[in-house]
This record gives sequence, structure tokens and C-alpha cells, in this order.
Amino acid sequence: MTPSTIEIRPTADDGRIARLAAAAIVLSVAEAAIPLPLPGVKPGLANIVILIVLMRWGWRDAVWVALLRVFAGSLLLGQFFAPGFFLSLAGQTASLIMLGLAMHLPTRWFGPVTLSILAAFAHIGGQLALARVWLVPHDGIFYLVPVFALAATIFGLVNGLVAGRLLKELAPPERDAGAAAVP
Amino acid sequence: MNRERFSQWIALLRPGDFLTLGAATMVCVLSMLMLWRGGAPDKVVIRAGGEIFAEAGLSRSQVIEVPGPLGLTRIEIEPGRARVASDPGPRQYCVRQGWLTRSGAAAICAPNEVSLMLGGGASDYDSLNY
Repeated sequence: MTPSTIEIRPTADDGRIARLAAAAIVLSVAEAAIPLPLPGVKPGLANIVILIVLMRWGWRDAVWVALLRVFAGSLLLGQFFAPGFFLSLAGQTASLIMLGLAMHLPTRWFGPVTLSILAAFAHIGGQLALARVWLVPHDGIFYLVPVFALAATIFGLVNGLVAGRLLKELAPPERDAGAAAVP
Repeated sequence: MNRERFSQWIALLRPGDFLTLGAATMVCVLSMLMLWRGGAPDKVVIRAGGEIFAEAGLSRSQVIEVPGPLGLTRIEIEPGRARVASDPGPRQYCVRQGWLTRSGAAAICAPNEVSLMLGGGASDYDSLNY
């Protein structure tokens, strides 16, 4: 075999993003095994990792981790390019935009819980918008909004608390804390 | 979970977080109130002279004729809706109300002492008096 002329050297950043994305993917695959009464109502455990990445390494890294999670997670679950994948992508995109805006809130007053709840609401908002336009072109879908809103509030609070706790207990940013992000 | 560990979790919440949490709860409650009000009616109650004259399901079409002091009031029922099709009263208010589709909606033909009311589901009104 001739040696390749192109050599890709992963930087330390690449390695860290890959590790964190792996943690997020593991959580979303594990979560797929939890039986839930309604499609679309999920704890969104991977968002814990995304919140930690956002608050420690910034928005750009969070986007990388979140999108890698959506693509690789749906490949692993066998729903790549299925409706669920597009819903997930729409929700994730909306929540990343929301996080990009919300991270500029004064941190003295607003912590990970606020970010988590806002992201959860943006997530269901993006999903519902796509579902309304594409999958269920009928206003009847909005009948489910209260259920989704309640789920977003509860899971947003819990995920935010867990992310806040992990951020506190993780090693300082100089050391690579990627592996420790998975409890 | 003992109290000390609980307060550790509470300590993670900053003042604004309570605000966000409150706003999120408000969104839940408001969306419930706005989107889950009323329901699809599933039955019709027809009264004549204050007494229940007939109760019918809203699943199939039928016409019910109700006798009153002035004559016959004709009530037409179709899947999911009902109306007073004709009434001998002078002002025809109940006829002009047209089709009733919501639970709790009522058409009252006072001169002929006939009323039509949709029920079932979650109704918009607890009771109506006249």
C-alpha cells in the first residue's frame, strides 16, 4: 500500500470534541432504550453534555458536539434520514440557536438551569414547527403542546441541575475533563 | 434524600433560574388552559317545558320533532353537530343560531319551551340558567 500523501493530524481540540461527542452519543443511545408513552417526550440526557461543553468551552464546540450527536446517534439507532432524524436535527438546531443567544445572559443571575430550560423549549419548538409543516399538516398537533411544555420544564430543570453539579465537580478547564463528563 | 443533599441541589439555582422556572411553568399552565379548553361534544340533550324530552348521541344523523305549546320544533342532528331546523316561535332566534358544534353550546326556543344543548367532553360552561 502506498503511503497516503495527505496526513490528518487531529489537534487536541479535535480529540476533546470527539470524546465529548462520544459521551453525548452514549447518553442518547441509552435513552432510546427507556420506554416512553409519547414519541417526542424524552429526557434529552445528551443535553447535559452539550450544556457542559457550552459553559466550559464555548458555543462553537457545543455546536460540533451537538451535531455529531444528532448524526452519529441516528446512525447508531438506524434512523438516519428517517423522520425522527429530521425532527431531532430541527430541535437541536433551534436549541443551539437559543443557547447561543441565552449564553449572553448575565451569569450572575442565570445559571445552567436557565440555559437548559430555554434549550429544552427551543428543542420542542423546532420539532413542533417541522412536524406541523411537514409531517402532520394540521393544527391538531398543537393539542400536545402542554405535554411537551411540561416535559421540557421538568427535564430542563433536571438536566440543568445535573450539568451544574458536574461543572462544579469537574476538574478545572486546564485539565481535560472530557472523560469525566460521563458519570 | 436528606435535607443537606437537597439544599446542595437548590444551591445550584441562581435567582434568574427561579424566574425561568416560573415562566416555564406559566407556559405549561397557559398552554393547557388555552389548548385544552372545551372538547368535542358527544351527545345532545333536548328539553321541552323544562323536562328532558330526549337524549341522543351525536354519531349519526337524525331528525327529532319536539311538540310544544305553539307546535312542532324540528331538531336536526348530524355527526358532531346539531341545530334547530325549524320552530314555530315568532322571532326564530334558536333557528338563526345555526349549527352548534361545541360542548356546552345551547339553542333555546323560549316561546315553544324547547331547548337544545350539546354535552359530553369538557364543556365550556358549568351550567346555563334562563
